[in-house]
Amino acid sequence: MNFSWIFSYWPLLAAGAVQTVLLLVISVGFGFVLAIGLALTQVIGPRWLKVMARGYCTCLRGTPLLIQLWLLYYGVGSLLPMIPGLRASFLWPILREGFFFAAVSFTLNYAAYEAEVLRGALLAVPKGELEAGRSFGMSSWTLLRRIWLPRAIRIALPTIAGEVVLQLKATPLAFTVTVMDLYAVAYKVRQDTLLVYEPLMVVTVFYVCLTLIITRAFKIVEAQVPVRR
Amino acid sequence: MSSTQSLLELLSPYPPGWGGVLLAGALSTVLISLGAYFVGIVIGLTGAIGKLKGNRPVRFVLDLYTTAVRAIPELILIIGLYYAGTDGLNRILLALGLPAVEINGFVAAVAVLGIVQGAYMTEVFRGAILAIPVGQIEAAAAFGMRPRLRFRRIVLPALMPNALPGLANLWMCVTKDSALIAVVGYQELALATRIAAGNTKHYFLFFLASAALYLAITLLSNVLFSALETRFRRGQPKTA
Repeated sequence: MNFSWIFSYWPLLAAGAVQTVLLLVISVGFGFVLAIGLALTQVIGPRWLKVMARGYCTCLRGTPLLIQLWLLYYGVGSLLPMIPGLRASFLWPILREGFFFAAVSFTLNYAAYEAEVLRGALLAVPKGELEAGRSFGMSSWTLLRRIWLPRAIRIALPTIAGEVVLQLKATPLAFTVTVMDLYAVAYKVRQDTLLVYEPLMVVTVFYVCLTLIITRAFKIVEAQVPVRR
Repeated sequence: MSSTQSLLELLSPYPPGWGGVLLAGALSTVLISLGAYFVGIVIGLTGAIGKLKGNRPVRFVLDLYTTAVRAIPELILIIGLYYAGTDGLNRILLALGLPAVEINGFVAAVAVLGIVQGAYMTEVFRGAILAIPVGQIEAAAAFGMRPRLRFRRIVLPALMPNALPGLANLWMCVTKDSALIAVVGYQELALATRIAAGNTKHYFLFFLASAALYLAITLLSNVLFSALETRFRRGQPKTA
């Protein structure tokens, strides 16, 4: 076991960790917003929107994330330059990067999984609470904002914690589209120093620590609201 | 490449079309998944029994195994186990004075995914066994059934309905996780797609096609599993 490489590679490791965390935060943040929309459409939307939202969730949950990522990066990525003027625009430096495609595909994928969780949670909110809100004269928007959504999110919280950890474990896939995330750094260290297991072990420790932090954070959030058992 | 005609030709199952390569890839994806699934079931059942009945060291080791596998990203696990597994096996063989073996990519893929599956299966089976009413097992014991017979006749049939939703989930996971094997270079659907796409430069078409294949596998298994569940739940009272 030789860990002396850490001294020369720690800036790269830190940068990789930042990329990993950034991917996680972006995909969970935007994915959650998207998931709320998808879940609401599935519960109260008109029929054709319901069917579309369902189809979206089925398709994204039924295919591997790796294929979705490659479809975006290689497929859409190869079509993008055909849009006239895009190459010259200010967007191009972002659209060229693997990070952009990784962030988009992780977000879309996370939204599909999260929407299923939220759909169940929205349906699990006791009817009486919604009726109570309505009888206070709340408009449907206020009802959603003050009662329905907060209650649903609270019900789903333990599952959401699990989904976020799963999302963290999906982020190393970004390395297949040239993102220098934590795993890609370990890969580079392996190529430079010919050490196979040590970089993997360091990276693993980091992922396990992040998992612990996430679960701890969600425990704290869950403890904010007293539950009667 | 102007018309849809040429795109269809690209997907045709006979060369110069790449459809055959994709279908062969899909077949090996299904085979890897099936193999890993059964390895997982065996590990899971033994693991669950070990966790429930084993002594302290056994329980500790199993806890370590399930926690580690579930906390480490699949990609890292697969790559680590793929290289470490083949390397470690050869070292053991060398220490025993046996010649080194070249491990077949298929076997390695099945073993690696099976070990990952096994950890999740252990938890699914443990939960399912715990959900069996104790009275049923006690009744079997009171009839004088030996533990082995009791497991085969009472515990196994009683745990299946409880475990099936979890098992169905895990099957979906393994078919999709098997795509990660592409990263270590074994040709299954994901890698076949990438090769086909790289050769023809029709990335969008081929990735869409393989996504459709994966979706077909998922939807078909959904039907199968719901049929299995109604079969295993026959004779049970319907809830709600």
